[in-house]
Amino acid sequence: MSPPALAVAHLSKRFGGLPAARDVSLTVMAGERRLIIGPNGAGKTTLFNLITGDLSADGGSARLFGQELIGMPTQQRVHLGLARTYQILTLFPRERLIHNVVLALLGLDRRRWNPWSILLAKHDLYDAARAALDSVGLGGSAERVVSETSYGERRRLELAMALAQKPKVLLLDEPLAGLSQGERQTVRALLESIPRDVTIVMIEHDMDTALALAERITVLHYGEVIVEGTRAEVVADPRTREVYLGD
Amino acid sequence: MLALCAVALLALPWIIGSEFYVNMASQVLIYALFALSINMMLGYGGMVSLGHAAYLGIAGYACILATLAGYNQLLAAMFGIALSTAAAALFGVLSLRAPGLGFVMITLALGQIVWGIAYRANDLTGGDNGIRHPARPMPFGMDIRDAPSFYYFTLAVFAIALVCIWRFARSPLGASVMGARDQPRRMRMLGHHVWLVRWITFVMAGFWGSVAGVLYVYYNLFLSPHAMSLQQSAEILLMAILGGASTLTGPILGAAIITLVKNVISTYVERWNTLLGMIFVLVIVFMPHGLVPGCRQLWQRMRGREGAHTAIGAAPERAQ
Repeated sequence: MSPPALAVAHLSKRFGGLPAARDVSLTVMAGERRLIIGPNGAGKTTLFNLITGDLSADGGSARLFGQELIGMPTQQRVHLGLARTYQILTLFPRERLIHNVVLALLGLDRRRWNPWSILLAKHDLYDAARAALDSVGLGGSAERVVSETSYGERRRLELAMALAQKPKVLLLDEPLAGLSQGERQTVRALLESIPRDVTIVMIEHDMDTALALAERITVLHYGEVIVEGTRAEVVADPRTREVYLGD
Repeated sequence: MLALCAVALLALPWIIGSEFYVNMASQVLIYALFALSINMMLGYGGMVSLGHAAYLGIAGYACILATLAGYNQLLAAMFGIALSTAAAALFGVLSLRAPGLGFVMITLALGQIVWGIAYRANDLTGGDNGIRHPARPMPFGMDIRDAPSFYYFTLAVFAIALVCIWRFARSPLGASVMGARDQPRRMRMLGHHVWLVRWITFVMAGFWGSVAGVLYVYYNLFLSPHAMSLQQSAEILLMAILGGASTLTGPILGAAIITLVKNVISTYVERWNTLLGMIFVLVIVFMPHGLVPGCRQLWQRMRGREGAHTAIGAAPERAQ
């Protein structure tokens, strides 16, 4: 039997006296769409940061297809097939959209160490970047500078950068945050079109979209997993309703 | 434009004639190379180093000492550059451990340590009195003792360095270091080894700084701890900032302005230091990104205004 796409076990992190992740364990199978929910400060983004290596864990383990991630540098985790988008957009605002995607492609390309060749002459990279932008509907904006684009376009650019890397596991941190209703529909359609060979773990507050996309849901509260199960199980659980749905 | 600059640089000794000014042009090229090297870290990598003059000193002293020990000039120069680049590799490991201000402080401390060693090691470096280099080399049998020949030799080395640094700035590695300057966290999450990218850039900057150091020794035929002082490091940094860090031509322009003010204007203006300070303050106030980006912006704004006037003027014609 193949190992789970992502297996987090007893992961913990404290900021001084404040526990941000307490003995968090979850298993995400390959191809699964997992939703992480919880009120503000529940430790959702911290969990992502621990998985990606943006934060170092105090204890526990996180395995990507059986390979231990904890203790491994962030860039090495990316080379194993991990990609993420950020809650607060983290792009290169002075650069063109296509250059942002090229940087994403370059991160997994051996040619990134070359100090002599001209990047603009790497046509295969630019073609792949254009294709990634096309896939999120930004093909016509490839030459625009990021700072001149709308918030919704930037969100889609984040997705294009992550998808261009052909990840095995994609962590999406509030991909719909700050978007208009129309933009939400566009991004939602995009998320639905991501092939099944990409496992998705998503933090999202837009419950309609999130619940429609997710197959299993994990509820975090004060850094702890309090409920986990299918949509129906989680929604029906009184603890979910108590801490998150406010019922 | 590029061809015009190349022709002007090649014809410079004939244009200016005077030996003093030809020597000045050589000096400008040496400092421009030095400023370009620090700009690889500052402009492209966002790393502010206050110890860059150490590479000039290490390469220079090693080159002189190897020549005095009887090695041929080429070997001595290569030894100087290799030793200094190795020092940059070590200093990079030490200073890149700390981000931001910590990085600045470590480079400052390392630069001061090297300066202190040069100052105290009398037997080796001649201490405060400095040490003389016996003579300029004869590369490929060419005599570069006179001012125009030395200028062309310096120009050739400068041109090679300029092409290499230009290619670096447009290369995948250059894109990575600029990405690491703007969004290091994001770059890691895209699979880039931010530390290693910065370290390679640090070492490359040290290499070109060392090349400038050997040229400095050939030009002056003398080296003292003053050449690797904090003031020297700061001055090189100012050259890059004044002209426009992160541009290729900015550090060259900055080096030309500061070298000319120091050596030419200082003969007419007693308070040339004040003048230099005023130039620096004015440029930073009115063109915070330096002269080259500032002038480029100004030019674009003027062209935009010109375009707007043309459009307004053209409107009735179109209507007709």
